[in-house]
Amino acid sequence: MKKQNMFFRMITASLLRRRSRMIVTLLAIMVGATILSGLVTIYYDVPRQMGEQFRSYGANMIFLPSGDSAGITAADTKKAVNVINEKNIVGTAPYKYETVLINERPVIAAATNMSGAKATSPYWYVNGAWPEKNGQILVGKDIAETYGVSVGDEMKLAYAEEDEGVSNENNNAPQNKNELAFTVTGVLDTGGSEENYIFISLEDMASLTEKNTSYDMVELSVSASQDELNDYANKINNSVGSLSARLVKRVTQSETTVLTKLQSLVLIVTIVVLLLTMICVATTMTAVVTERRKEIGLRKALGASNKSIIGGFMGEGMMLGGIGGLLGSVLGYFFAELVSRNVFNSSITFQPLLIPLTLVASVAVTAIACLLPVRSAADVDPALVLKGE
Amino acid sequence: MSLLEIKGVSKIYGSLKALDNVSLTVDTGEWVAIMGPSGSGKSTMMNIIGCMDKASLGEVLLDDVDISKVSSKKLTEIRRDKIGLIFQQFHLVNYLTAVENVMLAQYYHSMPDEKEALEALERVGLADRAKHLPSQLSGGEQQRVCIARALINHPEIILADEPTGNLDEANENIVLDLFRQLHNEGTTLIVVTHDPEVAEVAQRTIILDHGKLVKEVMNENFNSQNAAANNSGSQENGISDSGSKKSAETTEENPEAKKEKAEDNGRKADAMKARGKTRKGSKSKK
Ligand SMILES: Nc1ncnc2c1ncn2[C@@H]1O[C@H](COP(=O)(O)OP(=O)(O)OP(=O)(O)O)[C@@H](O)[C@H]1O
Ligand SMILES: [Mg+2]
Repeated sequence: MKKQNMFFRMITASLLRRRSRMIVTLLAIMVGATILSGLVTIYYDVPRQMGEQFRSYGANMIFLPSGDSAGITAADTKKAVNVINEKNIVGTAPYKYETVLINERPVIAAATNMSGAKATSPYWYVNGAWPEKNGQILVGKDIAETYGVSVGDEMKLAYAEEDEGVSNENNNAPQNKNELAFTVTGVLDTGGSEENYIFISLEDMASLTEKNTSYDMVELSVSASQDELNDYANKINNSVGSLSARLVKRVTQSETTVLTKLQSLVLIVTIVVLLLTMICVATTMTAVVTERRKEIGLRKALGASNKSIIGGFMGEGMMLGGIGGLLGSVLGYFFAELVSRNVFNSSITFQPLLIPLTLVASVAVTAIACLLPVRSAADVDPALVLKGE
Repeated sequence: MSLLEIKGVSKIYGSLKALDNVSLTVDTGEWVAIMGPSGSGKSTMMNIIGCMDKASLGEVLLDDVDISKVSSKKLTEIRRDKIGLIFQQFHLVNYLTAVENVMLAQYYHSMPDEKEALEALERVGLADRAKHLPSQLSGGEQQRVCIARALINHPEIILADEPTGNLDEANENIVLDLFRQLHNEGTTLIVVTHDPEVAEVAQRTIILDHGKLVKEVMNENFNSQNAAANNSGSQENGISDSGSKKSAETTEENPEAKKEKAEDNGRKADAMKARGKTRKGSKSKK
């Protein structure tokens, strides 16, 4: 017991009273531990952060009517969506496409749930505002140009059933035509085919067509890894027969590739930094052992065994490793937060487990780095204490 | 009883014989000085006696154990248990305080005991310097810490290589006085020195040259001198010693006188040692 007290008294005295050397080593360990804990934090937070980023690229899963079914019912959609963990769903947007007439000319109208569309297609740019209630519509940029409409204008949409042969039972009415007026709240600019569409609410579409709407397609934006997405899709396909869930490969795959690349980059940087820390600690420790050859010789002359000499230096090294690790794990959090704020624009989640992990890692790294230089301390000859300078 | 017996010891470095067929016997409780020009092999001999180096040839019996044959691990143990070392350069650990430096010897020997270490410092007159770092102590004070460290474990033999080499006259006298006390307690002392004054206070002086033992000088007046020193106190030692300088010289081969002396001293030493042990025993009870 008492012997341990003396052991700690000696190593703390050595660390406190030989500050300059100690600080260099401590700094090296601290920087290493900071980078380690910071990058590991980022490593684990990146999928979440990147997931959020990638959700801005649009839907990564779609539902299509399976095989012979003509459309997807609202009930089936609900059933399928329930398979997915609710907190991972960024948005769900069902679509129903119909040809409508503007001034007798056919145009495609897409009926959707506006807030869902906004969530699944965050990159859509709306000049004006998104429709907030029935009777309001979003007009694609091309259509707006063709028909010369702008925000605030009124637009009449007509729906005619295209079954000429069958519906001409009564010759007095040339066509079974239903026409409704809408207010344009925004012009949609996407750079894609959406600019040729008119977007109306599902309810308006039902009133216009006087049909119970089923969906042609449902778009989903789900924040999950590709494996999880595959899982969800399989489950849905097995449990809901009338629709088939598919992944938007272009989005999910690039997401996964970027993620793995980023994570391996983080991993490589961490390893390199740990190696550099080790080299720095080993170099300093070698210098320390050389510098203290006389002290080592004296300790041996006093009867110190090789084991206790090595133990003393390892004790000093590991103590530094512990202190450096502790400081590093705290600094690492701030480092990760800084990186996260600058790169991902969001805050990092604090991982308390990372503190003991960093501590253990930096003690281990320091111990390994000390091993070789400290072992050379055991080779010091006690006879040197009598041999002059 | 002889504590140390060196029989035909040589230490060879390549073509150089640092020690060349040296034989020497030191009795328990004896005080021996070793002199000789630089490079004559004094430190080499101390290293061999101190279990820090091994002889190339010959036998070294310390307490009847041939230390030229044992493993280096065993040597470490013997060194720890039996030897106290005092150096010209003091060799204090510079980041440990005086008392911690003394405790260091306890740490490797048995158990650090701060109280006992403080008592040792008190004995060398440094009670009020216990918490100072070596850099805050004068050379003489550092050497006294070194002595306190050497005696803390009650070694059978104290080896001092040029203990006064870096000290002024006053501090030299303090150190010699401490040696006298140690001698009176029965500790065997081997002191390497260049200083005739330091050599003359010993019972016997051995002179080395080119690794050979060339001369052995007995100090005839040792007992009276020692008694005088004890009476007159430390400060006057140097002066009272100088009076007896010339008469101290006796030439080499005088086996009878030597034998007599040795026996006399041996008896005395045993008595002292017993006393020392009692002191030690009563101390540990506290
Ligand atoms: N490790 C070594 N390798 C080679 N030669 C050595 C070694 N150690 C000592 N010597 C040589 O052995 C001889 C004796 O050295 P030693 O240190 O014993 O001398 P010394 O009598 O103590 O001298 P000084 O009074 O200067 O301290 C010297 O010539 C020295 O150069
Ligand atoms: Mg020497």
